[in-house]
Amino acid sequence: MSNNGHKTNDFVVRFANVNGTGSASANALFTKAVFRMGIPVTPKNIFPSNIQGLPTWYEVRVSEKGYRGRREGIDLMIAVNPQSMPNDYADVRAGGYFLYDSSKPLPPEYDREDITEIGIPLMALCNAQFSDARQRQLFKNIVYIGALSALCDIEFPVLESLIGEQFKGKEKLIEPNIKALKMGVDYVLENFKCPLDIRLERRDLLGDRILFSGNSACALGAIYAGATVAAWYPITPSTSVVDAFSKYASKYRVDPVTGKNNYAIVQAEDELAAIGMVIGANWNGARSFTSTSGPGVSLMNEFLGLAYFSEVPTVLIDVQRTGPSTGMPTRTQQSDILEAAYASHGDTKHPLLFPASPKECFELTADAFDLTEKLQTPVIVMTDLDLGMNDHVTQPLVWDDTRQYDRGKVLTTEQLERLTGTQVSNLQAGEAPTNGNGSSTQPLEQFNGKYGRYLDIDNDGIPYRTIPGTHPSRGAFVTRGSSRDEYARYTEDGDTYRRNMDRLMRKWDTAKEMMPRPEFYQEANASKNAVIFFGTSTYAAEEAIELLADEGIKLDAMRPRAFPFCKSFIDFVDSHERVFVIEQNRDAQFKSLMMIELGTNPAKLVSVLNYDGTPITADEILNQIQADLK
Amino acid sequence: MTYVRPSFRHPALPKNALGYSVDHYEGTLSTLCAGCGHDSISAAIAQACFETNIEPHRVAKLSGIGCSSKTPAYFLSNSHGFNSVHGRMPSVATGANLANRDLIYFGVSGDGDTASIGMGQFVHVIRRNLNMVYLVMNNGCYGLTKGQDSATADAGSKNKSGSVNLFESIDLASLAIELGATFVAQSFSGDKTQLVPLIKAAMSHPGFAFVNVISPCVTFNNNPGSTKSYDYVRDHMETTAMMDFVPIAREIKAEYDEGTVEDIAMHDGSHIRLHKLEKDWDPLNRISAMNAVQNSRVKGEILTGLLYVDPDTSDLHDLIQTNERPLNTLTKAELCPGSDILTKINAGLR
Repeated sequence: MSNNGHKTNDFVVRFANVNGTGSASANALFTKAVFRMGIPVTPKNIFPSNIQGLPTWYEVRVSEKGYRGRREGIDLMIAVNPQSMPNDYADVRAGGYFLYDSSKPLPPEYDREDITEIGIPLMALCNAQFSDARQRQLFKNIVYIGALSALCDIEFPVLESLIGEQFKGKEKLIEPNIKALKMGVDYVLENFKCPLDIRLERRDLLGDRILFSGNSACALGAIYAGATVAAWYPITPSTSVVDAFSKYASKYRVDPVTGKNNYAIVQAEDELAAIGMVIGANWNGARSFTSTSGPGVSLMNEFLGLAYFSEVPTVLIDVQRTGPSTGMPTRTQQSDILEAAYASHGDTKHPLLFPASPKECFELTADAFDLTEKLQTPVIVMTDLDLGMNDHVTQPLVWDDTRQYDRGKVLTTEQLERLTGTQVSNLQAGEAPTNGNGSSTQPLEQFNGKYGRYLDIDNDGIPYRTIPGTHPSRGAFVTRGSSRDEYARYTEDGDTYRRNMDRLMRKWDTAKEMMPRPEFYQEANASKNAVIFFGTSTYAAEEAIELLADEGIKLDAMRPRAFPFCKSFIDFVDSHERVFVIEQNRDAQFKSLMMIELGTNPAKLVSVLNYDGTPITADEILNQIQADLK
Repeated sequence: MTYVRPSFRHPALPKNALGYSVDHYEGTLSTLCAGCGHDSISAAIAQACFETNIEPHRVAKLSGIGCSSKTPAYFLSNSHGFNSVHGRMPSVATGANLANRDLIYFGVSGDGDTASIGMGQFVHVIRRNLNMVYLVMNNGCYGLTKGQDSATADAGSKNKSGSVNLFESIDLASLAIELGATFVAQSFSGDKTQLVPLIKAAMSHPGFAFVNVISPCVTFNNNPGSTKSYDYVRDHMETTAMMDFVPIAREIKAEYDEGTVEDIAMHDGSHIRLHKLEKDWDPLNRISAMNAVQNSRVKGEILTGLLYVDPDTSDLHDLIQTNERPLNTLTKAELCPGSDILTKINAGLR
């Protein structure tokens, strides 16, 4: 938002730090202060796969227009890492600012004329004021936040109250933090003209929005959906899902009378065991989930096939990261789409959910537990590092107290008790049963007195399950990954196997209209060109659509939220001549999924890709679409 | 191919306290080779459940892949079973047990399923002291893929094709004791008198109960030169103790010589009564149990019976403090914090 040449509430700050030096909490203070001033803000951690000593960046976009994607061009660089300083210096856009620690002078080669250098002797100031070495290190970060408060007009009382909240219970730390903030304020007021032309001005643009990470939101979704068993193996960037689940569970899931836990969390020996536990718990009637990232999904492939074929509910949260093998484990990507969609051997496919915000992480994770039990098949929630580990401004989370957990088709003790009547017990294994005429009004009668785990009573491909221990003499069967008939009896009969696979396909068709609907950005289609995007490409895509519209390029837009694709998805694709598919991987995996599942003509699909490990930007989308439409 | 078991049973079959005869504890007809040791073990499991008056639907049977892992279909047809994936039964059992601590978990595995592909999960389920019976039907070879040596085949033993196993064997009982298993027993599929009370005791143990049963493979590993053949095992079995399992609140009728009888009180009020045959062995002492097993290994013998037990143990649920009520019975009212709390959580994120 340009205002007399000032970039009020519209700029990008990048903090260049050394990891492990306490910069994260100081930098988060900046974001939170902007948020508290009612201005849209999006922070991104760009961090190394390392604990201490390597360069790490924290990039904050302030956007009055509410753009939440990354934007190219750094307006203000806070350069406190000597290792990365040459590049950091070069990355500042012309006309921007370079804030550095002037305790030592800048070497002569730092001689750009087109930027403004702001030297603050951070180390010297802290050495003079604090005696403890660790404090000297930590408060350097707070001093530059204080400096920003004067340089960019952060309201000082906002910072003061944030410090007060952060150190609630450790009040002794409040005073030195405030002192460090003031040191920064005083130094820049004395030495520089404040504020700069990039500055903040209080607004009321956020309403009741919250600042939250996708991983925490997924965890909370699992808590609200009634998940009781979480099994996991540590892997970046998914680890904080179970960390958050543990935190919320210890708060909201302890029996008030006995003090005992209404949940169980197991750190498994590997991802194979983690998903095995999830399958075991779901088989036994508890809602259970695991979270992992790409390599973990690879390890879980065998078990996902078992869950698919034996029809055991399973919730998997895949927080995607960059690359095959270990790739770039601390960078973001949407590159597990095909791996997840077709995980395992044989004919398998799995419903996927694509949340685009922390609010949707909460909702779709909760929905995943209903869907997996309704469909009796694994459901995979596809988030990524950007969504999972970064804080995002998002709508407040909402829970409808009248919502019941939909456990799907599970026969109770009473229902099994009523399963009397003529027994069809003389049927041999492999022999086709005669029922299943499609009427769903009286499912129990259609069993004809004999429970069959894989009978398609309702003609929707979804059979009725029983939980171990339910009834003394009815409903027991052996769950197995090998072929069996409608009564769960082992068989190698080809017709029976095919009948079962066809029923699983019927179930897949049922799933299509059961999944969350896509979001359409227009009432009626208005262009022959369309754009499709999902997950964390959404922010940048929305911005790019507006920028393109400003240039007269109109695009209809759809944001799918699930796989398999429903009819409205297909209609949208069919009614456009050219469809841009934005995704963050090299191989255009989502586009491939459309070609495989819908047979879409590849000639009409144009990929817009980003796969360097950083979140896609509006500029990248804009450039790729413009180049194609030229 | 599934065979149909004849439905005729003698009307005068004895009944247990629940009014069930032993056939109520049987499963479908086995498809294993005639004379397979595994079938005797299945029968022993059924017998043990019959004798201890267990409601079959309160048992969950779990297995991995292999000949042994097919057996859950051959006992307790009124129990739910889960024939999972190769070497991964422990994780499925862990999840199932966490979901419902009130059932009895019976895991069946083989030497390939446990000592090779499933070693990681075997080790970790012991560490967690999951309350389950983990029974290995140990024949030293891969039956379903036609007789390759497994990791429990003894170095120097000869398989059917005549080739000699070059590699050291993994002794699962020693390993289980070493890792802290709280109930470790060893037996032979041909010795039902010993096996049935061991299984009964294992089921009443409140933590991880490991039962390693040597179960010769009649088709691929019952030849001279194999240390897992019927003849070899019969000739080299050394028993720790004669054993009775005494269920809760039954009178103990001892017929052993005085001074050699030891009663071990189990957590649920039942007793294991041992008539010791090995002098330097104390079933409550891990070190002497370990020594006894190692001593008989050196002699080429197989020490059978109850090797080690810690009756006062804490299982996984105790360790992680889960509710006494099974997690799978908790209702939405108990699990969902509700919208008021969500409003507060939202407020804390601004």
